[in-house]
Amino acid sequence: MAPAKKDETHATPPDAPGSVGWTEAQTACLVPAGSALALEIGGSIGPVSVEYETYGSLSPAKDNVVFIAHALSGDAHVAGWDRRAAETGRTWRQKKPGWWDATVGPGKAIDTNRFFVICPNVLGGCYGTTGPSSVDPATGKPYGLRFPMVTVGDWVNLHMRLLDALGIERVQAVVGGSLGGQQALEMALAHPDRVERSVILAASARLSVQGLAFNAVGRYCILNDPKFAGGDYYDSDAPGPGLAAARMLAHITYLSDEGMHEKFGRRLQDGAGGRQAGFGIEFAVESYLDYQGRAFVERFDANSYLYVTRAMDYYDAAATWGGGSLTEACRLIRSKMLIVSFNSDWLYPPEDCKELALALTQVNRPVTYANVPSHYGHDSFLVETEKVGRLLRSFLAH
Amino acid sequence: MTQRPPPSIDPLLVTDRSVDRLPQGLYDQRAAELSKLLATRPAPPDRPPTAARWQDEIIAREIPKGARVLDLGCGDGALLERLMRELGVQAQGLEIDPEAVFCCVERGVPVIQTDLDEGLRRFPDQAFDVVVLEETLQTLANPREMLAEMLRVGRRGMVSFPNFAHWRVLVDLVASGRMPVTEWLPYQWYETANIHPFTLQDLLDWSRDSGVRVVSGYAYENGAVRTLGADDNLHAEEVLIVVEK
Repeated sequence: MAPAKKDETHATPPDAPGSVGWTEAQTACLVPAGSALALEIGGSIGPVSVEYETYGSLSPAKDNVVFIAHALSGDAHVAGWDRRAAETGRTWRQKKPGWWDATVGPGKAIDTNRFFVICPNVLGGCYGTTGPSSVDPATGKPYGLRFPMVTVGDWVNLHMRLLDALGIERVQAVVGGSLGGQQALEMALAHPDRVERSVILAASARLSVQGLAFNAVGRYCILNDPKFAGGDYYDSDAPGPGLAAARMLAHITYLSDEGMHEKFGRRLQDGAGGRQAGFGIEFAVESYLDYQGRAFVERFDANSYLYVTRAMDYYDAAATWGGGSLTEACRLIRSKMLIVSFNSDWLYPPEDCKELALALTQVNRPVTYANVPSHYGHDSFLVETEKVGRLLRSFLAH
Repeated sequence: MTQRPPPSIDPLLVTDRSVDRLPQGLYDQRAAELSKLLATRPAPPDRPPTAARWQDEIIAREIPKGARVLDLGCGDGALLERLMRELGVQAQGLEIDPEAVFCCVERGVPVIQTDLDEGLRRFPDQAFDVVVLEETLQTLANPREMLAEMLRVGRRGMVSFPNFAHWRVLVDLVASGRMPVTEWLPYQWYETANIHPFTLQDLLDWSRDSGVRVVSGYAYENGAVRTLGADDNLHAEEVLIVVEK
């Protein structure tokens, strides 16, 4: 077994005072049958349902909203324990609370005693919001690769409809890490009048070339898995090994060399007695990646992985909003900005995050940029609970 | 003053490069003069080097309401927080130390974690009404470049610094033959962040040579602040000058 991730050790049981307790996802049909949502790259989709969770109470003035945007493999289950984990088949949720439970809850950095927290699943994902595994009403079969290409901009458009449906004009903050950070940036750019604060953790205005390359290899693994079957695998076995390989590769990019050295070193897996002259799992790091790959296959859809990583590739705030200039794009921003990088993150390197901060200063926007010292690489935004929590708590207080 | 052993000259190390080059007896003569000066002066009161900055009062007085203020090396953000609260300024701090950056966020002060030695290249011309550079200039790799940049991005610069020509610093150097250590310059040569020590006169020379106008100046000595005077190159422990291009 891989060592527990640090954030999991902070997990609070549902009856603890710091937990949001048992949670139940809600679903909103935001694009009803017979209508369609126009998409950024072209085409449209409809109907569209969005699954989301909320914690805390919406104030009568509806002015205490913190919107959380989840990352690539994340979901709307941010905090607490999923009451319906068994009946919805999301059994992995029975073992642990939501992915940001250490940060979101009563008295925690994003304090649900004060804020009404909303997090929806993204379009194209596999957690209840319409995606490639949803049934295409035109054919009565899952979309598969017939699902249209969606972008971060489309996600934000759809999420604005969710806010509209809930009667929320403006959010106190939009907060996201990694791909979620890019949604937070997109919301600040596309809807400056609806965002008071933006918190962008471990994310920049576009993915690095190295990041594009890793995503390409991940998709290659899926597309070339013999069970992929052009994306129409829903009636048979899923392309597990392909998806697992994509996840294993991605996991390496979430850690740092230093962090891996600290966590695994060249240690052998318990029970493995030295060089066995074979290709089974011998090193601790192999065991960790194997576990991560298998666990991911249990809970993620390969087609969704293709669509969501592609949305990540395509996101480029400068191209969309500034004619290629990030500085010009930043002129649109009206929200208070907090940008946080982590010094060992090589997926969204500190220089790229700082670039966004400096682009904001070029158009006279006050901005806060912190580069947090950490060994945990890109994962730091989830693992460095105390440091990130301190920044979040302070930033949300002013 | 710090007690030190009398200066000793190692005949093997001191060659024609140093003492021998001075006019006959000059070193002894100056040391004697300064020692005399030292004897006539009361010792300054003890105070920790990090006591609340005297410059903050003056800066708060000199900055107009609602001004755009950039603080270079803003530390924990105390000054900017005060300026935001009292004067409603639009503040931006730059700071290298991560813990200080966290403190700024706790105070609600916008701050960018960065090394000032990377310069202000990304800040547009005249983006700020005032640029503050408190006790930082002497720690930078390129202080002259930073001064020029300060007056490019800001209309007005407020620079405070320890004056390395203060008589006690001179006495300490001359009498001990070692790098000065005083209450307000408490670091040994090997640990000091002050990699570019300079004097009030040096900065005045810079302003003259760069076509920069000194709008006002303040001297700090023995716990009191006064308008900068003619003999303050010798008497000011710390200086704040306000400059404009």
